[in-house]
Amino acid sequence: MKRYILKRVGFAGISLVLLSVTIFLLVRLTGDPTVLLVEPGASQADMEAIRQQFGLDRPIWVQYGHFVSSLVRGDLGHSFYYRTPVLELYLSRLPSSLMLAAAAMAFSLVIGIPTGIIAAVRVNQWWDSAGKVFALLGLSLPSFWVGLLLILFFSVYLGWLPSSGSGTAAHLVMPAFALGWYFAAAHMRLTRSSMLDVLGSEYVKLARLKGLPEALVIGKHAFKNALIPVLTLAGINLVIMVNVAVVVETVFAWPGIGRLLYEGIAFRDFPVVQATVILNGAMVVVVSLLVDILYAVIDPRIRLAR
Amino acid sequence: MSAAPLLELRNLSTHYVSARGTRVVRAVDEVSLTLEAGSTLGIVGESGSGKSTLALTILRLLPPAAHITGGEILFEGDDLRTKSDVEMRRIRGKRIAMILQDPMASLNPLFTVGDQVAEPLRVHEGVGRAGAWSRAKDLLKSVRISAPESRVGEYPHQMSGGMRQRIVGAIAISCAPRLLIADEPTTSLDLTIQAQYLNLLRDLQRQHELALIFITHNLGIVAKMCDQVAVMYAGRLVEWGPVTRIFDAPAHPYTQALLGSIPRMGADARERLTAIEGQPPDLAAPPSGCAFHPRCPHVMAQCREQAPPETVLAPRHTTRCWLSVPAPAR
Amino acid sequence: MNGSRAATLPIARRLSSFRSDGFPMIPVSILALLIFVAVFANVLAPHDPEVGSLGERFRPPVWQQGGSEKFLLGSDHLGRDVLSRLIFGARVSIVVGFTAVLVAGVLGTGLGILSGYLGGWVDQVIMRLTDAWLALPALTFAIFLAAVVGPSEMNIVIILGSVYWTRYARVIRGEVLSLKERDFVRLAIVAGCSKRTIMKRHILPNVLNSAIVLGTLMLGVVVVTEAALSFLGVGVPPPKPAWGLMLADGKKGMMAGYWWLTVLPGCCIMFMVLSANLLGDWLRVKLDPQLRQL
Repeated sequence: MKRYILKRVGFAGISLVLLSVTIFLLVRLTGDPTVLLVEPGASQADMEAIRQQFGLDRPIWVQYGHFVSSLVRGDLGHSFYYRTPVLELYLSRLPSSLMLAAAAMAFSLVIGIPTGIIAAVRVNQWWDSAGKVFALLGLSLPSFWVGLLLILFFSVYLGWLPSSGSGTAAHLVMPAFALGWYFAAAHMRLTRSSMLDVLGSEYVKLARLKGLPEALVIGKHAFKNALIPVLTLAGINLVIMVNVAVVVETVFAWPGIGRLLYEGIAFRDFPVVQATVILNGAMVVVVSLLVDILYAVIDPRIRLAR
Repeated sequence: MSAAPLLELRNLSTHYVSARGTRVVRAVDEVSLTLEAGSTLGIVGESGSGKSTLALTILRLLPPAAHITGGEILFEGDDLRTKSDVEMRRIRGKRIAMILQDPMASLNPLFTVGDQVAEPLRVHEGVGRAGAWSRAKDLLKSVRISAPESRVGEYPHQMSGGMRQRIVGAIAISCAPRLLIADEPTTSLDLTIQAQYLNLLRDLQRQHELALIFITHNLGIVAKMCDQVAVMYAGRLVEWGPVTRIFDAPAHPYTQALLGSIPRMGADARERLTAIEGQPPDLAAPPSGCAFHPRCPHVMAQCREQAPPETVLAPRHTTRCWLSVPAPAR
Repeated sequence: MNGSRAATLPIARRLSSFRSDGFPMIPVSILALLIFVAVFANVLAPHDPEVGSLGERFRPPVWQQGGSEKFLLGSDHLGRDVLSRLIFGARVSIVVGFTAVLVAGVLGTGLGILSGYLGGWVDQVIMRLTDAWLALPALTFAIFLAAVVGPSEMNIVIILGSVYWTRYARVIRGEVLSLKERDFVRLAIVAGCSKRTIMKRHILPNVLNSAIVLGTLMLGVVVVTEAALSFLGVGVPPPKPAWGLMLADGKKGMMAGYWWLTVLPGCCIMFMVLSANLLGDWLRVKLDPQLRQL
C-alpha cells in the first residue's frame, strides 16, 4: 500500500505544478496581464507600478518563479473590491460552500444509491424504466434552471422557502436540491450499472449456489462490491460540486466560493478570479488524492499489496 | 437393485426463450439418468452441449430466460421441480453443493476466506460466529491447506489458484452435502495441481460418502475418476453408462469419435487421429432428426428425418442412435 | 435491373432498419426543428430580438391576462419580444454548440490519435497535459478563460472547445491503443505505409464512430455550459439573445411573478439537451456496444 500511496502523491504533485503552469501561461499569453492585474480605471502610473510589482517586463521564467513563490507563501493577491487578501476571503467563504456541497451530496447519495440498486435488482421492469427517466431528466436539466424553478415555485408562488441568503435549514433546502439533482441522477446510473455487473459475477452466483438468502446475497456480497466505484465517483464529485455550484450559489445568493467567483467576474476583480481558480484546482487535486488513499484502505486487494 | 438412487433425472428439458419469444434454444433435451449415493458420474460434451445448463437445472438456478419445460428431478425421492424457492434454498449448499470453474471469480474479493467458508454453516446450520470460524479452520485443514489458522483470515487474492479451488471445495463440503457437482473444476488449474486436486476430491468423496457429478470435456479425468459417464451433444444425452463398458465399446458414433480423438501413448505415430468433421450445431436451429447426423460417419436416411429414441442397451446403459435400435420383428 | 430502383433499395432498407431499431424520432425531430429555426431565424421571428419598446415591458404571454398578440410569448424587462429572442437564441445555441463540439472534437480526436498511435514521449506529454486540464473542472476553467480573454461569441466557442477536448482525447486514445493491435493495422505497417498514412486512412475512420457518439453526448454538456456562462455574464454578451442570458434577465422579474421569462428559455435549453442526450444514447448503442462505458 505504501508504494501505491507514494505514487499517487507524486502524481498529485505533478498535477499541481502543471496547474500552476497552465494558469500562469494562460494569463500571460492570452490576455494582457497588465490590464487584468490592475484595477479598473487605473492610471498609467498605476499600470507602471503593477508592471514593476509583478515583474511583467522580466523574462517569463523569472515571472513564473515569482508567481510560484507567492503561491507557496500564501500570497494570492488582493481583491480590488474588498481590499483584503484573496486567500482570506476564500477561506472565509469556503465553509459555506462545503456545507452546501455536503448537503447536496447527501441528497444525491440518499436518492441515487437506493434507486440504482432497485433498478438493477428489478432490471427492465417498471422501477428500472422510471429510474431511467429520472436519470435522463437529472442529467439534462441545468442545475441553475432547476434552482430558478424552485424559487419560482416555492418562494414566489407558495412563499414557503426563502429565495436567497443562508443561515437556516430552510435556506439550505432549495440550493442543495438544485445542486444535487444532477449528481443524484449520475450516482443512480453508476450504481445501477455497477450493481448489474456485480449481480452477474461468479461470486454472486456461488453465493446463490451456497443457498444464501437473497437478502444476504444482495445486501452483503453484491452491495459492498457494487459500491466501490460509486463512492470513488462521489468523492470526486464532491469537489466538482463545489465548483459547479458557482451558478447555484449565484442564483440563491449563497455566500460561498462560487459566489465569490461570480463577484470577481462581475466586479472585474481579477485577482479574486485567478486565486479562486487556482485554489479550486488545487482542491480537486488534493481531494482526488485523498479519495485514492481511501480506496486503498477499503479495498483489501490494495491494502495488503506491497 | 437395492436402495433408490440418490438422483434420478427423467426426461428433463430446459429451454431458453428469447425476449420476444421467437428463438427457442433447447439447451437440455429429454435427459434421463440415475446416480447412486457415493458414486461418480462424468458429463462430457463440447462447449454448448448443455452440460452446465443441466447442472444449473438440477439446482434450479437458471437465468430468467431459461425455463424447465418438462421432466422430473428426483433427489432422494423428492421431485425438486415441486419445491418452493425457500425449500430449494435450503437444499442448495446443504444437500447439493456446486463448484464452479474459475476459483478467483468464485470468491468475493472483499471478504476473508474464513468468512466465506463459514457462511453456509451459519446460514444452514445456525452455527454462531465463533463456532463457524473454528469449523472453517477445520474445513481448510481437511482440504489440505497448510497453516489454516493464518490462512483463514486472509483474502482470496493472497492465495494461489490451486489453494483458491480448495477453498471453494471447502465451502462446498462444509454442510456435508450428499451430492457435489463440479463444473470443470480443474480447467483453470496448472497441470501439476490438477492431479492433486482430483485426488483431494476422491478422498473427500470417500470420507463423506459424497456422490460426485463431474462436468468436463477431458476424457482422461472421466477415465480416472468416474464410475459412469454421460455424453451430451446438442442438449441431448447420446450415451450414458458405465465407464468401463463405454470406453471399451462405445455405442454412439459421437462417443466413438471422442474416444478416437485422444492421442494415445505407444500408438503407431503414423496413425491419424480421428477428428470429428463439421461444426457444433447452432442450438437455436438444430439439424433435423438426429442432431449429430451432419457429422456422423455412419449416417443413414432415417437419421435425417427422425430423432432416435432412447434405447436401453443394458441395465444403466442407454444411447440415442438409430444404429442401436433393434430392427423391428417381422 | 432498373438503375434508379437499385439505388433507392439499400437506402430504404437502411431507413427501415433505423426505424425498427428504436430510432429516436422525437429527439431528432426536435434537433432538426431547432436547426431549422436557427437557420431561418430572420424569417421566423416576428420582431427584432435586440430592440424593445419600453412601453411594452413585462407583458405576459398571449393566453394570460394582459398579454397581447403582438408578443405571443410575452416580453422582457426591456420590452423585447420573448418569442423572437428565443428564436434567435436557438441560433446562438445551435451555432455555439455545434461549433464548439466540432472544435473540441477535432482537437481531441487528433491529439488522441497522435497520443495513442505514436506513444512514447508524445503520448506522455499529451496525457500529462490532459490530466492537468482535467484537474480543473470545466465550468471553472471556462469562466477563468472568459475572464481573461473577454467574452464574445467567437471566444466562447474557442473556450468551450479548448475546455472539452480532453474528454475526446482520453477516449480516442484508448480506442487507438486497441486498434493498434488489430491485424489490418499491422498489415499496413508491414506493407510499409508511413505513420501518417496509417493514422489518416486506417485509424481515423475507425475511431470516427466513437467521436460521433461522444460528440452528440458532449453537445448537451456544451449547451448547458454555454448557458451557464451566459447566465453568469461571461458568455455571449448582451444584447445578443442567448438562452442563458435570458434566464439571467428573467431572474430580475421572477420575484414579481413574471414566470415566462424563466420557464420558457429554460424549456428550450431542456429540450435541446434532452434531445441531444437521447440521440447520443441511441447512437452509442447502435454504433458500437463497446462504448457503453462512455
